[in-house]
Amino acid sequence: MYRRSFKDTKSSLGSPNPNFSKPMVALRFLRALSLVRCSGPGARSPSYRARGIRRAAYACMAASAGPRRAWSRALLRKIRRRPGRGLRRPRAVIRRRRPVGGGDPLEVALRRLVPGGGCMEYCRLLEEAADYVKCLAMQVRLMQTIVDSASHVNSID
Amino acid sequence: MSSRRNRARQSGSSRITDEQINDLVSKLQSVLPEAGIRRNDRASAAKVLQETCNYIRSLHREVDDLSERLSKLLEESSSDQAAIIRSLLM
Repeated sequence: MYRRSFKDTKSSLGSPNPNFSKPMVALRFLRALSLVRCSGPGARSPSYRARGIRRAAYACMAASAGPRRAWSRALLRKIRRRPGRGLRRPRAVIRRRRPVGGGDPLEVALRRLVPGGGCMEYCRLLEEAADYVKCLAMQVRLMQTIVDSASHVNSID
Repeated sequence: MSSRRNRARQSGSSRITDEQINDLVSKLQSVLPEAGIRRNDRASAAKVLQETCNYIRSLHREVDDLSERLSKLLEESSSDQAAIIRSLLM
């Protein structure tokens, strides 16, 4: 089992990820958006497209954050797992032990909200939650910018 | 708070002190919007966790809402704009 000392935790919080600049995330997301549009605009219901966009948003966010984060790995695993294939257990899954004590309801709630948060130590959970919140907020700002500019362009015509 | 101390003692090799936890909690507090918790006084860990949960939930809702709006916009937009976007990306 991989254990990180607290020094590693501290350094990883500050280290910059080159993939995670805002233009890179925007480009990745726009590319994904164009793919969603290309896949038959007439045939799909709008709710299906909205779900596809949401999935693309989370996937781009996780892909830009990089594999060093547990939440991004868990998110990508969840997205890439196609529904309808049935229950299958990947061979290489190493199930980490469940930390003792589900006593604190706030901690339980946080574990449920952060992807992959079920099996982390408490310190790791706090660290992952901070990074997840940061990336999620940036993704929301990015999508808001795109929506604003797209609706502005629509209103010009 | 005592439950966390007990857990720290039980986890053995990873000696987690309260100070380290407080450090992480303050880092978590720094990414939260300021409206929830006043910065001048050090908020309790419970308050930070509560604010974090609320904030994450609201962000999830915003992503859903923005996805809906984006899908409507993509539907309404003319084919010229889609071609422009595609040409920018290629």
